[in-house]
Formats: sequence, C-alpha cells, structure tokens
Amino acid sequence: MNSIAVRASAETIPNTREKLSIRDLSFYYGESKALHSINLQMYERQVSALIGPSGCGKSTLLRILNRIYALYPNQRAEGEVLLDGENILGPGQDLNFLRAKVGMVFQKPTPFPMTIYENISFGVRLYEKLSRAEMDERVERALTKAALWEEAKDRLNTSALGLSGGQQQRLCIARTIAVKPEVILLDEPTSALDPISTAKVEDLIDELKRDFTIIIVTHNMQQAARVADRTAFLYLGNLIEEGPTSMMFNNPKDRRTLDYITGRFG
Amino acid sequence: MTLYSWRLLRNKIWLGLSMGAGAFGLLWLVLILSTLVWNGIAGLNLNVFTQMTPPPGSDGGLLNPIVGSLVLTALAVAIGTPIGILAGTYMAEYGRYDRITFVIRFINDILLSAPSIIVGLFIYEILVVPMGHFSGFAGAVALAVIVIPVVVRTTEDMLLLVPNQMREAASALGAPKWFMISRVVYRAAQAGIVTGALLAVARISGETAPLLFTALNNQFWSVNLNAPMPSLPVVIFQFALSPYEDWQRLAWTGALIITVAVLSLSIVARALASKGVER
Repeated sequence: MNSIAVRASAETIPNTREKLSIRDLSFYYGESKALHSINLQMYERQVSALIGPSGCGKSTLLRILNRIYALYPNQRAEGEVLLDGENILGPGQDLNFLRAKVGMVFQKPTPFPMTIYENISFGVRLYEKLSRAEMDERVERALTKAALWEEAKDRLNTSALGLSGGQQQRLCIARTIAVKPEVILLDEPTSALDPISTAKVEDLIDELKRDFTIIIVTHNMQQAARVADRTAFLYLGNLIEEGPTSMMFNNPKDRRTLDYITGRFG
Repeated sequence: MTLYSWRLLRNKIWLGLSMGAGAFGLLWLVLILSTLVWNGIAGLNLNVFTQMTPPPGSDGGLLNPIVGSLVLTALAVAIGTPIGILAGTYMAEYGRYDRITFVIRFINDILLSAPSIIVGLFIYEILVVPMGHFSGFAGAVALAVIVIPVVVRTTEDMLLLVPNQMREAASALGAPKWFMISRVVYRAAQAGIVTGALLAVARISGETAPLLFTALNNQFWSVNLNAPMPSLPVVIFQFALSPYEDWQRLAWTGALIITVAVLSLSIVARALASKGVER
C-alpha cells in the first residue's frame, strides 16, 4: 500500500503510563477556531508524532502543551490538558514552572546571542543554584546527550552563532534537556536542516525517549514513521485518527489518513 | 529610432538628471565642509584646548565651553537614555498590542520633530523661572528632553527587529519575562540600542536653541551645575555674531571641533548599526 518503512520496534513497546491527556480541547485565534474538541493521549517515554497538512492545527496543538501561546493576546484554549493528572490550562498555573517541565525546540534553530556555555546554563540557572563545577558537568552532560559535545567542547566560550545550522539545533535540544524537563516538544525540528543533520537529530530523538516523553510535529511522514511510537493525524483542526505508528501507516481506518500518507494531498 | 535605442536614450537622460541632482546636493556639502575646515583650521592650536574664552582682543581658547558641552551632554544622556530605553522596552515588549503604545508612539514622533527652541522655552518655564537663574542643570534637562524621543524610537525599532522566536525560545526554558528581556532580547538588540544612544549624542551636541534659555553661557571656567554653564554651540553663536575678528576665528574653530566630533560619532554609530541585530 505504501512504501514507508515503519520502525519495527514501535509495536513491541508496551503501553506505558499516560503522561499527557488532552480532553475536549478547542483553540481560538481571536474569533477563528483553529482546533475542534481534540481528545488525545500521550504516553510516558514514547515519541508521539502529530502529522497533517499545513494549517491543520498540529503546531497550534503543540503550542498549547507548554502554553507558549499565552505570550500573545487574543489566543485562548478551552478544555483540559492534564499533565500527570493536573490541568495545565487551569487558573493559577505557574507558566514559567510549567515551561521548565515541558521544554520546546523550534523549527528554526534559536541560539541566544551568547556563548555556547551560556546558552546551556541560561535555563539551568533559573531553577537551580549550582556550583561552577556542577554547572560544568551539567553543560557537558547536556551537550553529550545532544551529540554535540565532541564538536563543541573546545569552543564552549565562543558565540553560539558561529555553529552550523544543524549544530545550532542540537544546541537548542541540549539547552532544553539541561533543565531536566519531563516532556519535550519538537516543532518541526529538522525542517530547516540538511539530510545529514536531520539524521543526527532523528537518532537523537531515539536516544532521548529513554528519559523524556517526546511530542514531535512533522511535515515529513517518513520522519514520523521512523521516529514515532504513536502518530496522530490532524486535518482542518480536527483529530482524524490516532494510534500506533505502524497501524497508522499500514492500516489507517480513515480514508483521509490514507490519502494524506499516500501523498494524495497535503 | 527603434524602441530599444529610444529606451537607452531615456535611460541616459534620467540617469544624467539623477546624477546631476546628486552632485548638486553633494556640492553644497563639500562647500560647507571645506569652508569650515579652511576657516576653522587656521585658529586650531593647543591654546584652543587649554585656555578659557578670552575677552575681545586678547588670546584665549575654548576650554570652558568644550568642558561645558561634555558635561551637559553626558548629564543629558545619563538622564535621557535610561528613560528612553525603558519607554521603548515598554512599547516593544509589554504594551506592544495596546492602544496606549500607539498613542505614545504618535506623541513621541511629534516630540522627535519638535523645534528644539520650544523645548528650551519649556524648560525655562519649569526650571529656570522657579530656580531664579540659568543653570547647567536646566541645560542638561533640556537636552535630555531631546535625547528621550530619539532613544525611545531606536530602542523600540531595534527590539521589534528581534525575532519573536527568540522570545519564545527563552520563555520555553521557563524564563520569566523580565529575565527573557534583560538577558536575551537586550543582548540581541544591543548594537542597535547603543547606536540610538550615540545618534542622540550626535543630535544634541550641536543644539543651541534649548541652551540659550537654560544653561545660557559663562565666560569663565565652571562645572557648577547650579550656575550658568558655557557650551560650544552657544559660544559659537555669540562669537560668530560679534564684530571681533579673533572671536569669529574662535567660532570657526569651535564649529570645526563640533563637526569632527559629531562626524566621528556618526561613523561609530554607523559601524555599530551595520553589525545590525544579531540573530
């Protein structure tokens, strides 16, 4: 039916604990409704992919999970998003604390205009008081996990803007994991990267799911098939279908899912 | 004549006209600068920087107005820049979508182009009259009022150039807003904000009108902010209008000094600005 190779391991992973539970979630940009009553679960230490054509609401959905949308006026969410059972959309939610728990990596690499070391320690310093030695170790560990240590160790005190695009993106991932979040949101993390950097980041995602719950928005279906345990297909602000990646790609229930993954639209 | 050669000819005509207009504009600039250098350099010697302004007919220099100008400018920047940066930060970061920001921006633009003599009169009314005498302090405040809109404008513009993604990235790490602004956004817009402050300095170093009603002038050495304070533009104004040749020569020299100072400031500002907003 289609030639997309699906990770063999996807089905062998047992259903783990529910990390995020999205219930009856709608989202508005001003008057226009961008998401319609989404219900979706994401599981601990799994990679969940959100796919769908441009404008389907997948990035919008992702941006609700750390409430980054709240930086802008006139954007609002209705419904519930439970993180370990606690509604993050509820009143009194400390947004900064939430974002330290739910990290995010963006489409374009966003290194801060400071040194590589400062980029990593930036978030850590906000929530932990570490000695110089402890911070050094944290920076090294984060860079090692993000597969950037070998390339960066001799230039930690040079500007992060001097790194290549792929390196910058791995730096952003390192920066995010350095604050020890529980969930990592990836918003099309490889769409600005060349194939080799993309492969590195994908390997990294595989590595990271041992420690983190990962949610990735991607335009690239092969990528979803390669990295995700579960995949959700969104279309025009509705969740059309959701399930284990192998099932989504080999045996979709909905006609629209089939049409999308076989490239008939989107 | 073919269509093509007609087009070539028209191109030549318009190109010629544009180049002529450009040359005409440049000509005046060259004339002004060369007159200034010609007349100013004659009186330029060490005395200018070591002696006080003289009475007519005796030797002297411009030390007191040079120091006065430096003091007035430094104080004006010290007062105006923080206010301007904070206001610009409010407009770009906190109230970006608020109606009040549009109102502030509009008023700021008016202030930006307000005749500086009005600023001088205003400060005269609110500071000089109640204090009962002219003072360096009043002069610095008048100049600060001119600094503020320049800095507000450049700060806001430079902050708006910083991509929102940078703010999102900092917020996504759990950074509170003030931390995100002070550690990431300011650093990204640093070159532009410094450029704005330098442009403001360049703008006020030649201002005469606001000082006439406020700092006035002083023939003697004075760094007392509570007393009238000399400044280069006011001394140039007074000396150039005088009938004494030696005063006129000093005025030319003072004008040359200001021009060179402002020119170098502008060059530094340009060089910084061309580094632009770092991503």
